[in-house]
Amino acid sequence: MNLNESPEDKAFREEVATWMAEHLVGEYEVLKHRGGPGDEEAYPELRKQWEKELAAGGWTCVGWPKEYGGRELSIEHQVIYHEEYARAGGPGRVGHIGEGLIGPALIAFGNDAQKAEFLPGIVKGETYWCQGYSEPSAGSDLANIQTKCWVGDDGDWRVSGQKVWTSLAMDSDWIFVIARCEQGTKGRHGLAFLLMPLDQPGVTIKPIHQISGSAEFNEVFFDEAVAKAGHIVGEPGDGWKVAMGLLEAERGVSTLGQQMHFAHELDLIIKAAKANGQDRNPLIRDRIAKAWSGLRVLRYNALRMLSGGADVALGREALIYKYYWSNWHRDLGELAMDVLGEQGDVPAEDFDILRLQQVFFFSRADTIYAGTNEIQLNIMAERGLGLPREPRG
Amino acid sequence: MDFSLTDDQIMIRDAAQDFLADKSDSGAVRRAMATHDGFEPDVWAAIGAELGWCAVAVPEAHGGMGMGPVELMLIQEQAGYHLLCSPFFSTVCLGATLLNSLGTDESQSALLPAVAGGELKLAVSMSDKLQLKADRLGENWSLNGQGLQVCDAVNDSMLLLFARAADGVGLFAIAANTPGVTLSSQTGWDATRRFSTVELDNVVTPMRCDNPGRLQQGGPRATALARLYIAAEQLGAAQRCLDLTVAYIAERKQFGRVIGSFQAIKHRCAEMMVQIEGLRSGVYGAAAQAASDAPVEILNMECAMAKALASDVLFHCAGEAIQLHGGVGFTDEYDPGLFFKRARASKTWLGTPEQLREEIAGVLL
Repeated sequence: MNLNESPEDKAFREEVATWMAEHLVGEYEVLKHRGGPGDEEAYPELRKQWEKELAAGGWTCVGWPKEYGGRELSIEHQVIYHEEYARAGGPGRVGHIGEGLIGPALIAFGNDAQKAEFLPGIVKGETYWCQGYSEPSAGSDLANIQTKCWVGDDGDWRVSGQKVWTSLAMDSDWIFVIARCEQGTKGRHGLAFLLMPLDQPGVTIKPIHQISGSAEFNEVFFDEAVAKAGHIVGEPGDGWKVAMGLLEAERGVSTLGQQMHFAHELDLIIKAAKANGQDRNPLIRDRIAKAWSGLRVLRYNALRMLSGGADVALGREALIYKYYWSNWHRDLGELAMDVLGEQGDVPAEDFDILRLQQVFFFSRADTIYAGTNEIQLNIMAERGLGLPREPRG
Repeated sequence: MDFSLTDDQIMIRDAAQDFLADKSDSGAVRRAMATHDGFEPDVWAAIGAELGWCAVAVPEAHGGMGMGPVELMLIQEQAGYHLLCSPFFSTVCLGATLLNSLGTDESQSALLPAVAGGELKLAVSMSDKLQLKADRLGENWSLNGQGLQVCDAVNDSMLLLFARAADGVGLFAIAANTPGVTLSSQTGWDATRRFSTVELDNVVTPMRCDNPGRLQQGGPRATALARLYIAAEQLGAAQRCLDLTVAYIAERKQFGRVIGSFQAIKHRCAEMMVQIEGLRSGVYGAAAQAASDAPVEILNMECAMAKALASDVLFHCAGEAIQLHGGVGFTDEYDPGLFFKRARASKTWLGTPEQLREEIAGVLL
């Protein structure tokens, strides 16, 4: 157990930092710290251009195997990459769903034709993806998928139904969808995993206006929309397996980058407190120290997850992580607004203040998406502590 | 960067777990609580002479094993889990840490080999309320006043006490049976760890231990490590509170089902798990910093974080253990109350959560 970085790691850190310092300038300067959760509508076109800039430097898909265009970086170097990207103020990645979710899923479950068709576009920063899982009746109970698919007379798939909470659908070219291919089945059986272009007659995207004032989530409606016969991943019926495998593909390497953004938010709070005198309020000082402490915990917890070594309670650190960071972040948002006081009550022009307001509002979603607090507690009690499972209807 | 435990570290932890499960079960803890000195001599003898725990963090030059904060943290976690009653914490985590961090070469040579061999018990005060005065008396020092909150002092301890001398604060070693020393031990609500007040009346000792060149860095480092080690103990104790609770609710039936199947109970246990695993990450991280090249200012913040969090988490979990055990949790016969009392006592000592967070805030703001 040692936190000293090897000379090689330091050199790599330097390499990433230098590249960022040299490229996140000029027209891209405005993107610094922009486009994160709650701010995803910021500069969509410029951020896509930035993705191509990254791709040209070889900084997309850094963890992918070289044969698919990645850098095949070690876990340690992926972590360093994400940290330095965020430390430099690198903008929210429009390509993260392609790079982090569907790309690895295709590498694991896709056929050669699918890999050849889709992976290069992701690596080059040219094709953007979104995820079609949740539905109005399939939230916490994700397996309760109602969207239907069937094979049409022409041999292609037809899809009808509705997806919801689809992040970035408005900026995406493709969507991957789980839909029920065996009518009459329930739960995780009888599902198919399909790849579909969004720009087609049977697809309608409607933004969801959120309490945060932004609209990064969408509803996506399918009315006999088409997925090509060759665009099913795995066999009909394998949909759930592919979908779950995809969720496991991300080992959490990007999470240390996320923490750099959190650290930046805490810095903004400290700056605001110093500016308005709240830095002398003992209760605020206590909460700022608590927030700092929580961030240390998150960092060490992520390092534990990534080391995956022999630990007294193997896996528990991974089980708690989402609950820990999302609740910590929600508290951070509340702290931010308490520090801002009246300044927080009006949508700010100054992005350093607006960012804190976004954290306050958007963090209410953090404890809902990707497993609500309540679902997380069930999972922890059942898988972590071996307590009896919840009854199912 | 490496955040995993080595095979040796895992071995040390597992050996501690096995030994304490056998020698520090509920019955043993209660027997120790009932003794005058607060520990069972044969358990202490086994720890020092047979298991070699006292040698773990003592440098090899002084007869130790030359390992470090990570190993000691792992032992402390187990000590907390089993509510070990022993002068181990005072001798090794406080005393040897002080001598290692700021002691003169002479004092290290004089005391550390006996500590490493398990032959010497150190009783230490970390109180910042300094009410002792030291005056030159030829080659020796004469000490007067009151030593407060001296941990684990018994008749054959060596006392390590800070006192004010003409040239500043110094650290002095005094055998507890020296003429002029009066120990008054108080058994607190938490009878698993003892504190004494020590009256010194013209007590003469030749041994001043502090090395002025090491004091500035070594003082804060010793304080930080002391906080780390008690945080590790609190972590272990919190884990035990959860384990006791989960075992109980998996058996206890009401309304025809085990109460562990009720979501109201499951969620509270899961919440304890969240806090405990987060704390474990914090404590391991602080220990890893102590084992790396972290400057003392960073180490201070890290260990203050660990101790503040540990105090809050243990107190929460001990309270939850009582509540989720229901009526029997309130009885003296069941163990949650023992952890609740340890939780309360260790929260006050070596910095309250509020004080520690103010230290952190002072750096951040």
